[in-house]
Amino acid sequence: MASKYINVNLKVWRQKNANTKGKMETYKLDNVSTDSSFLEMMDQLNEQLINERQEPIAFDHDCREGICGMCSLYINGRAHGPDNAVTTCQLHMRKFDDGATIYIEPWRSKAFPVIKDLVVDRSAFDRIQQAGGFVSVNTSGNTIDANATPIPKADADKAFEAAACIGCGACVASCKNSSAMLFVGAKVSQYALLPQGKVEATNRVLNMVRQMEEEGFGNCTNTGACEVECPKGISLENIARMNREFMKAMITAE
Amino acid sequence: MSTLDSKIPEGHISQKWTDYKDHLKLVAPNNRPKIDIIVVGTGLAGSSAAASLGEMGYNVKAFCFQDSPRRAHSIAAQGGINAAKNYQNDGDSIFRLFYDTIKGGDYRAREANVHRLAEVSGNIIDQCVAQGVPFAREYGGLLDNRSFGGTQVQRTFYAAGQTGQQLLLGAYSALSRQIGLGRVKMYNRHEMLDIVKVDGKARGIIARNLVTGEIERHSAHAVVLASGGYGNVYFLSTNAMGSNVTAAWKAHKQGAYFANPCYVQIHPTCIPVHGTNQAKLTLMSESLRNSGRIWVPKKKEDAEAIRAGKLKPTELAEDERDYYLERKYPAFGNLVPRDVASRAAKEVCDEGRGIESNDTNEGVYLDFSTEIQTKGRQAAYAKGNHNPTPEEVTALGKQWLEEKYGNLFTMYQKITDENPYETPMKIYPAVHYTMGGVWVDYNLQSTIPGCFVTGEANFSDHGANRLGASALMQGLADGYFVLPYTLSNYLADEIRTGKISTDLPEFNEAETRVKELINTFLANNGTKSVDYFHKKLGLIMWNKVGMGRNEKGLNEAIVELAELKAEFNKDVYVPGSADELNPQLEKALRVADLIELGQLMAMDALQRNESCGGHFREEYQDAEGETLRDDQNFSFVGAWEYKGDNINDEVLHKEELKYEFIKIAARNYK
Repeated sequence: MASKYINVNLKVWRQKNANTKGKMETYKLDNVSTDSSFLEMMDQLNEQLINERQEPIAFDHDCREGICGMCSLYINGRAHGPDNAVTTCQLHMRKFDDGATIYIEPWRSKAFPVIKDLVVDRSAFDRIQQAGGFVSVNTSGNTIDANATPIPKADADKAFEAAACIGCGACVASCKNSSAMLFVGAKVSQYALLPQGKVEATNRVLNMVRQMEEEGFGNCTNTGACEVECPKGISLENIARMNREFMKAMITAE
Repeated sequence: MSTLDSKIPEGHISQKWTDYKDHLKLVAPNNRPKIDIIVVGTGLAGSSAAASLGEMGYNVKAFCFQDSPRRAHSIAAQGGINAAKNYQNDGDSIFRLFYDTIKGGDYRAREANVHRLAEVSGNIIDQCVAQGVPFAREYGGLLDNRSFGGTQVQRTFYAAGQTGQQLLLGAYSALSRQIGLGRVKMYNRHEMLDIVKVDGKARGIIARNLVTGEIERHSAHAVVLASGGYGNVYFLSTNAMGSNVTAAWKAHKQGAYFANPCYVQIHPTCIPVHGTNQAKLTLMSESLRNSGRIWVPKKKEDAEAIRAGKLKPTELAEDERDYYLERKYPAFGNLVPRDVASRAAKEVCDEGRGIESNDTNEGVYLDFSTEIQTKGRQAAYAKGNHNPTPEEVTALGKQWLEEKYGNLFTMYQKITDENPYETPMKIYPAVHYTMGGVWVDYNLQSTIPGCFVTGEANFSDHGANRLGASALMQGLADGYFVLPYTLSNYLADEIRTGKISTDLPEFNEAETRVKELINTFLANNGTKSVDYFHKKLGLIMWNKVGMGRNEKGLNEAIVELAELKAEFNKDVYVPGSADELNPQLEKALRVADLIELGQLMAMDALQRNESCGGHFREEYQDAEGETLRDDQNFSFVGAWEYKGDNINDEVLHKEELKYEFIKIAARNYK
């Protein structure tokens, strides 16, 4: 890999906490390796700010390999920035030109309030999961043998593709309505496709959708921006499946 | 001088756990709500424990520093989880999984614990399938398996290259159910900063709310630490940025012995380092060694030409390549255990045959071209095409690879900007997992009564080297199937204790300790950032307590680390304040503990005058460069007792390892 070095201008959202107003600040950062990840560039900026005795920028991150779902930046108007099927931590600086101006904002959604700078509160997703995103089986170990119930490979594969969601919230951030339907649809689908999930399917979809609405997420108007920006390529089919499950549940629920 | 009682039950190895479990004390369902349990960490070990204990009816409080329990670093495990199901009919059994794990750990793990792990391994798969974990399946609808290093059977269950994610989301769903039912109270964005002991027993923790900065007291009848490993002591590792040793280290300072800190796993297949601003290393799953062949050029000149960009790896003729693992270890080939594969990579790079054009030239190839041909031909035949063209074979072979490892190949391409379907991957060993950890007995209880430690945070199951796909197994075994029994046995004596007050003087003292530490850092006003020290720590550890260790280097490291600690305390600059979200402060508190631990790791490596598993002392190797154990003198677990601020004062206790059911032998993968 031949490394190149570029200089960038950064416009970054700064906000002290949830109760104060934020604004964009401008920073100049030189000598950024094109082999650096976007977050390594942010580390470099923070190191510069610390050395200048300015307050470093708070941003969420952890695994830095695209799987924990903690990183969350809105870069140049796109969730996770200008590359497809990646999280911000997997975005690399080779995607930017020397001298580029880069806008960095937090996820924007009423249901994801800003905590500080680029850090938002996504606990609404946890609460949706708590409302029904599980199979009610005790962890006793006394279940049936794992191979006792064959599952068609196609169903297992589709369930896995839905379960690959990392819960980052890019779908919500990309949606003009701040809808969480892709996230909820993926979870509902994973279980709806598997025999183990079918027993509680009716209550699950009703409870998860109810919680989603209580959290203040908007509705789905079939724009499809969520699917485009999803770093894990979660398909819109999952929303359709959730809608079918929901309709079915509305008719059959007691 | 040993004061360590491992509490291993009597009886034949295959009956110990069953008999022991049958005689443990129980807590009746009506008494469980009177008992509080704290679980720190929500990876596989923590989530599974919190969910199981909540389900049983205990009052559970669970803590994680991430914004959601689902983000703990178990999520990043790629390749799979082992279980002795023998679904593939290749002669697997509980005994074989037990034997492979002991041998893989280079005969430095505790027999009874490992056998228990193998016994419950099958239940884990049953449990996860029942929870809706979408494991990979074959066309007949049954579960698929693959091979991992250090075994000659296919016992690894997987979900593409995202097995850890699927298992953690399974445990997270079980945990979420309990949170929804109100049986577990979840504290996201909270970090444990001290453990509180009352009358010698663990009775609570001090935690910092990372959003508000508030220092909170939480009391309980028992504390479970499931806080993961300490690979971040090397700065660069495959661990998450936030992974840290603080919970375990604070317990150590309050009396929990720390065992085998020098046992670190350096994983052979990671993406090589690109530059000085790099913050973390990325693993390429061991499962890729099922399909990839590892090689470097035979001649130094060819390696130089490759590094200079004058020669492409694909242009190098077959007989100019050294498939060094296949050459040295024909019986296991590319699937030797991790420590063996890592050392072999270091050896060929030390000879000047590394292929990466970075500062160190360290890198080897992981090549999929043979597999593309083999699988492509098979796929063509399966479609009834018995005379496929070379193009058809290649296309079908790539398609097969994509199905098996697609996400890993994409990840590699995003990071390196190279296409691994067309050119071999470049890989090099990196710090990945720590076998050492808090010492625990058979009950998973530390030397602090009431403080239990599970998963990577304890030391118990992997000896001096962990086999691939066994970390997930251990985390879930501890949380789902071991702790619920052994912790209940301890809690049976607590049903009359009543609520533990957080107004006790012990809570005051612990809270004061934490607040003083925080204030010291914030008022320090030094000249250098936390990362400056963390990187320096990492370099000392990698160079002197890394893949190859020797007496001179270790002695130097011990001195340098003590100096680094003093310099850090004097000169670190931590911006911001205590009462807000302050990632730099969080980091400073973690790095302070990592520096101290680093020194203990060097001391442990120095006292262990032998090579075993991941601990390679250059003085102790055979004529072929393999590890040379000294079973006469070092067949023990080294557990360190904290003796105050000077780490050099720590005292070593030895738990002798007795092998009753396995014949101890030199490890041989040839």
